[in-house]
Amino acid sequence: MRSVQSLAAAAALSWLAISSIAFAGEPKQGGILRMYHRDSPGSASIHEGATYSMNVPFMPVFNNLVIFKQDVAQNSMDSIVPDLAESWAWSGDNKTLTFKLRQGVKWHDGKPFTSADVKCTFDMLMGKSPQKFRQNPRKSLYDEVADVTTASDFEVAFNLKRPQPALLALLASGYTPVYPCHVSPGDMRTHPVGTGPFRFVEFKANESIKLVRNPDYWKKGLPHLDGIDFTIIPNRSTAMLAFVAGQFDMTFPTEVSVPLLKDIKSQAPNAVCVVTPNNVNTNIIVNSSSPPFDSLDIRRALALALDRKAFIQILFEGHADIGGTMQPPPEGFWGMRKDMLETIPGYGPDVNANREKARKLMQKAGYGPDKHLAVKVSTRNIPVYRDPAVILIDQLKSIYIDADLDVVETANWFPKIARKDYALGLNLTGNSVDDPDQSFYENYSCGSERNYTNYCNKAIEKLFDEQSQETDIAKRKKLVWEIDKQLQEDVARPIIFHAHTGTCWQPYVKGVTVMSNSSYNGYRYEDVWLDK
Amino acid sequence: MLAYIVRRLFLMLVTLFGISVIIFVLLRIVPGNIVDILFAAAGYVDPADKANLERELGLDQPIVVQYLHWIGGLLRGDLGYSYVSEKPALDEILPRIPITARLAGLALLFSASIGIPLGVISAVRQGTRLDYALRVLSLSGLSLPSFWLGLLILMASVALFGTMPIFNPEPKTWTEAIAIYCVPAMAVGFRSAALTMRITRSSMLEILRQDFIRTARAKGASEASVNFHHALKNAILPVITVIGIEAAFLIGGLIVTETVFNIPGVARFLVEAIRWRDYPIVQNLVMMIAVVVVLANFTVDMLYAVFDPRIRYTD
Repeated sequence: MRSVQSLAAAAALSWLAISSIAFAGEPKQGGILRMYHRDSPGSASIHEGATYSMNVPFMPVFNNLVIFKQDVAQNSMDSIVPDLAESWAWSGDNKTLTFKLRQGVKWHDGKPFTSADVKCTFDMLMGKSPQKFRQNPRKSLYDEVADVTTASDFEVAFNLKRPQPALLALLASGYTPVYPCHVSPGDMRTHPVGTGPFRFVEFKANESIKLVRNPDYWKKGLPHLDGIDFTIIPNRSTAMLAFVAGQFDMTFPTEVSVPLLKDIKSQAPNAVCVVTPNNVNTNIIVNSSSPPFDSLDIRRALALALDRKAFIQILFEGHADIGGTMQPPPEGFWGMRKDMLETIPGYGPDVNANREKARKLMQKAGYGPDKHLAVKVSTRNIPVYRDPAVILIDQLKSIYIDADLDVVETANWFPKIARKDYALGLNLTGNSVDDPDQSFYENYSCGSERNYTNYCNKAIEKLFDEQSQETDIAKRKKLVWEIDKQLQEDVARPIIFHAHTGTCWQPYVKGVTVMSNSSYNGYRYEDVWLDK
Repeated sequence: MLAYIVRRLFLMLVTLFGISVIIFVLLRIVPGNIVDILFAAAGYVDPADKANLERELGLDQPIVVQYLHWIGGLLRGDLGYSYVSEKPALDEILPRIPITARLAGLALLFSASIGIPLGVISAVRQGTRLDYALRVLSLSGLSLPSFWLGLLILMASVALFGTMPIFNPEPKTWTEAIAIYCVPAMAVGFRSAALTMRITRSSMLEILRQDFIRTARAKGASEASVNFHHALKNAILPVITVIGIEAAFLIGGLIVTETVFNIPGVARFLVEAIRWRDYPIVQNLVMMIAVVVVLANFTVDMLYAVFDPRIRYTD
């Protein structure tokens, strides 16, 4: 416990150190930021991916219409600032969002940026363009957009089917860059062209990614760095050692686990490290379409069996949060307060009492000390999935469930859960934007591609729409809490914990801000500079 | 001799054809393909998008058609395109070959140059403290996994020198240039050196008890001449066989070493390509490895005749 407290203190001190050092001096121009990359991204096209392995190296190549302010850790509606758009305005009925675009912006190949590029990008995202993405994982985010129209070269409007204030937040994500009309989706996968602070130089699969300063960047004086070099090092031990040896200026963001962080701090005491939540939750996917988990009693027993604190203590030495679907406060903007959470079955502090209730439910369903339920817990063959799955299996024993671990290779994981070939699954869900629209529609709406459990509740779906149209944030928050509570009570996808992860950099690296409620939005790196 | 070589070359071609079929079929038996993985990475499966992508990559065609397409391209020197990077497979593979070849060559050199002399010394000094020490060393070489040894080397170099020899395509100093290849080569070659040493020792012990060695000594030949000229020359055949086999198995050790030392060579690339089910890369790389192994075998057979004049390949 003492070590946890000292780590927390160290993290807090590190935060203070960064905020004070980063803004103490005048930024210096020049230098290459050397960072390792945890794996080789499948391509360079952010729109076709769903991993921040793409956002980290390629977000600096692009601009969005709007963006979450890069030096504010918590993403919220208040931290959205103009990017390629100079300003935006909602129509009176909240059904049209109009952007005035910046003039004089050029793509990296010298062609001018206009509203046609914005229309092209969103037409492709909505599947309305003759040019298609090979994959379009976030198509459903724009379900409420009827069309995108251009009034002039520098004005573009999003016409909505119904009010959706959250659209602005979705547009501010690192997942929503504006692509050039004149470059095909295929070329964007291998040689991306953007308007951002850094130009793409090369991407050698499994080896390196190189970006160089864009001298014509429309934000004068930025970026400070001459370039960014990413060396792809899939072996985490090698990567950490190389960082400790000073061969890298920065670790891959949010990739340092809490135990590894202690190693780094002991071997490189000058390194600046922060531990933050990253809006990735670990949850259980329950196949409620077939026995035995088609029984609500058994699903509820499952939820009651969880000792969330044990997961957090074992895996993160205390550095993780208990919450519902939405990331809990203070870093999460929409999550339920602790007192609300504790009213939900399974979230109460008395684990033994919860498990006693769970055992009664199991007995009601026909199981008991003499008749255990045998199931498999399927999960991906990756440590962050496997480790909590093992703890889950141990905890399920307390309610007469004998579970075996079914480890599935990544290639087969989504096909397996898509064909519902599992009983229980241990899953991780990352939210690119801390907004209920992204989380609820993507993971819980009827028919959504990423609603792996096929949970479908028409009544709650009405509430999804209601909160989505609500412009008053306080009122929307109340609705969101109500929905989140209901989702947990329905055992739609029991959330075990929201993890915290670490990022470290050398003390001469300035201007780094690690986002505390998303792992996808804070990698523009135009404000980063090297004090050496 | 010529007839033998021609026959061996023909057999090599038949072997390579068999290997090509096995590689191709095995890859497709493994569950999941690149399309599954791309969609897994995106976290969703859209059947229509998936079908489009399979059509685009030619994965919807019958397996025989896919095989003929690959083998036909291979014969024309067209290795196809990487499914992941969308670049020509040849452009992806070629720059990595010299890196791995250098590493493998150095590892084999390390293995032979350390293993053979130490094996001779161990045999000549049989039963002495030196022999015991060398046997312990060789046993530890066989027991230490190369990834563990590699990590140990990296940790030690960070602790002692504040730096570590991971790969850098543009080394700044000559010492760095040497270190980035030699240190991993030693890590991967240590096990081979240990094996070579043990084989050399046992082979030498057998030869040193032969009559012709006693005769050489009786004729007044020096110890060095007896050990290296007479004994080693006759003891070397099993050692060559082992080095040949080790050359074939080296790729396994290189996968780990290239991963630990972050060397962008062929071995690590192969593992990544398998993970992505990047068929054009995997098929062509495994075929290239098969060619190397078959050629290494052939070379070893030819070397037998060079080292032992009694061996003559005839019909």
